[in-house]
Amino acid sequence: MSGPSTYEPKTGFTRWLDSRLPIVRLGWDSFVDFPTPRNLNYWWTFGGVLAIFLVLQIITGVVLAMHYVPHVDHAFDSVERIRRDVPFGWLLQYLHANGASFFFIAVYIHMFRGLYYGSYKAPRELLWILGVVIYLLMMATGFLGYTLPWGQMSFWGATVITNLFGAIPVVGEAFREWLWGGFSVGGATLNRFFSLHYLLPFVIAGVVGLHIWALHVPGNGNPTGIEVKTKKDTLPFHPYYTVKDGFAIIAFLTIFLGFVFFAPGVLGHADNSIPADPLVTPSHIVPEWYYLPFYAILRAITFDIGPIDAKLGGVIAMFGSIGILFVLPWLDTSPIRSMRYRPIARWFFLIFVVACLLLGWCGAKNPDDIILAMGTDGEGHATGFTVLTLAQILTAYYFAYFLVVLPVLGFTEKPKARPVSIEASVLGDTAARPAE
Amino acid sequence: MKISRIFAVSAALLLSAPVVALEGEQHEPEAHDWSFQGPLGTFNERELQRGFQVYQEVCAACHSMDLMSFRNLGEAGGPFYNEDVPNPNDNEVVRWIASQYVIEDGPDDVGDMFERPGIPADRFPAPYPNQQAARASNGGAYPPDLSVITKARTGGPEYIRSLLLGYDYEVPHDVSPRPGQYYNPYFPGGLLAMGPQLTEGRVSYTTPEGGEEVEATPEQMAHDVVAFLTWASEPRMVERKRTGIAVLIFMLVLCGLTWLAYRQVWSDQEH
Repeated sequence: MSGPSTYEPKTGFTRWLDSRLPIVRLGWDSFVDFPTPRNLNYWWTFGGVLAIFLVLQIITGVVLAMHYVPHVDHAFDSVERIRRDVPFGWLLQYLHANGASFFFIAVYIHMFRGLYYGSYKAPRELLWILGVVIYLLMMATGFLGYTLPWGQMSFWGATVITNLFGAIPVVGEAFREWLWGGFSVGGATLNRFFSLHYLLPFVIAGVVGLHIWALHVPGNGNPTGIEVKTKKDTLPFHPYYTVKDGFAIIAFLTIFLGFVFFAPGVLGHADNSIPADPLVTPSHIVPEWYYLPFYAILRAITFDIGPIDAKLGGVIAMFGSIGILFVLPWLDTSPIRSMRYRPIARWFFLIFVVACLLLGWCGAKNPDDIILAMGTDGEGHATGFTVLTLAQILTAYYFAYFLVVLPVLGFTEKPKARPVSIEASVLGDTAARPAE
Repeated sequence: MKISRIFAVSAALLLSAPVVALEGEQHEPEAHDWSFQGPLGTFNERELQRGFQVYQEVCAACHSMDLMSFRNLGEAGGPFYNEDVPNPNDNEVVRWIASQYVIEDGPDDVGDMFERPGIPADRFPAPYPNQQAARASNGGAYPPDLSVITKARTGGPEYIRSLLLGYDYEVPHDVSPRPGQYYNPYFPGGLLAMGPQLTEGRVSYTTPEGGEEVEATPEQMAHDVVAFLTWASEPRMVERKRTGIAVLIFMLVLCGLTWLAYRQVWSDQEH
């Protein structure tokens, strides 16, 4: 914590408790008196949003699990039964399914915030790395959960993703069978996926505890990237940030509930309302939207690289695209945290965001689709600039951003003038600008 | 090894597609005005009743609706809901509909199966005992279960309606239906085993006392049966929307109040 504790127990009971288990003191120091930079904008509210969604997913999930049947013959019908016959089951199911999507929307905003404002730089490297661990756990949990309704996309998505592990040299095939608990995705797979889907959110909750702990040692970053220097730079967390985060959370929940009540199926896929059939492959297998950029990267590697065949190359690229985030604190060589003062880096960042969104678009398309037709080949088939080519260019940019742009820019870029302190930035040139 | 097979199957499907469907041949579903569209849209009781009649007299000959029970027809929002008899087990219309079916039950005390008239708790009986029987009777094609059909097809209700009415197109010269196949440009691939069903006069609608007379044209039957299937796909839709309106009004007010609180708390601070 920054500074000594200011908590003073007022009643006999709290004094008694404080000398035995200072849990009220911990809460007071972390969420009431915690000194928080006074210049945080709304991009900083998504941490709170994420905490709310983790709780929402766990609560709705625990109740859904009371009605769900993890068996290949009953899973699909049991989910429909929840929607039809369980009192307010439809609401629980829509909250949980759409909650996953909005959890990911919030986490992506939270991560891009970190990338733009250099939140991963010293002394917050571990905070960032714990965040990447949480993100990986979320990806796993979301994938496992999407399998449970046992629709066509559940089954075939699970088949495609588990098959990725088969690409690992030597041990891949054995490992894949171990994952499946058989020779294909089946009953054993569904059962263990349900068990793990129930387990992982609690692991996430644990790592979130570490994430908040690691946050509360150096304290929050802020849009200027300048560390807190005096008490005038900060405000107590309560009431200033409880009310600001509270407003942001309620606004985000309002949009979320708009989807839950008026477009609950719009983020899903029609094929998942068809019960899983191992004998019928959907013509176009796509994962949930929040995996699409990585799916595009996976499919972008269509060529062998030395001894690595295209399939293994794709798997390495896909996992590498997340793995690279772990070493980001040491790839970015610039001493300036906030891109507000990095005139060149902020352009590369903007292109990076667009590249990620476009990769998502590519992931939803058929790689052979033509974006820009350029004549026909000898057999009369149209040729031109395909989705695959675009995905390859974007994949190259994704990796270049981390491996070339950020390492090199740190040495070549001339940063803009920065305010001397947070207080000066609030009272000085940006005083007239609303924090939003 | 397996994944390559999956990709091979997908690739084969993609490659074979042009043989049956020319590029650009598949028609987009036609737009249609539904009673249930929009955030306030609900179902019209009469349209659901007529739609159920079409399902019962036409679709049910080949298509099952495994997730539906007769009691659903008498539940709030259903076609035969009666406010005075909220428990569908006591609803006379529902009981009568169920009783028209013969249901196999058992085993009884001596281990024999027996037949009895249906009750509201029974599921809609399926037309075939199993998938093999269904395929054998339909030229190898399996008539899909209709319980959640409008959710299970891209294009939803519009697609189902367009498909039901989409048989009046000339077969393109490079499409050659095998015996028992029909051309329908709304269907992926263009050829399906279901022939045109909603022909003029296929069902005869009865007019309730004091009700408006409705003619059973193909368009009317398609409209009604798709409304019924949409209701069946999500029987809680009306409840969902009604709850949603109240929840969103509450959330917007809460949003406004929290924003005012935020302004008030921060009014003495530069930030």
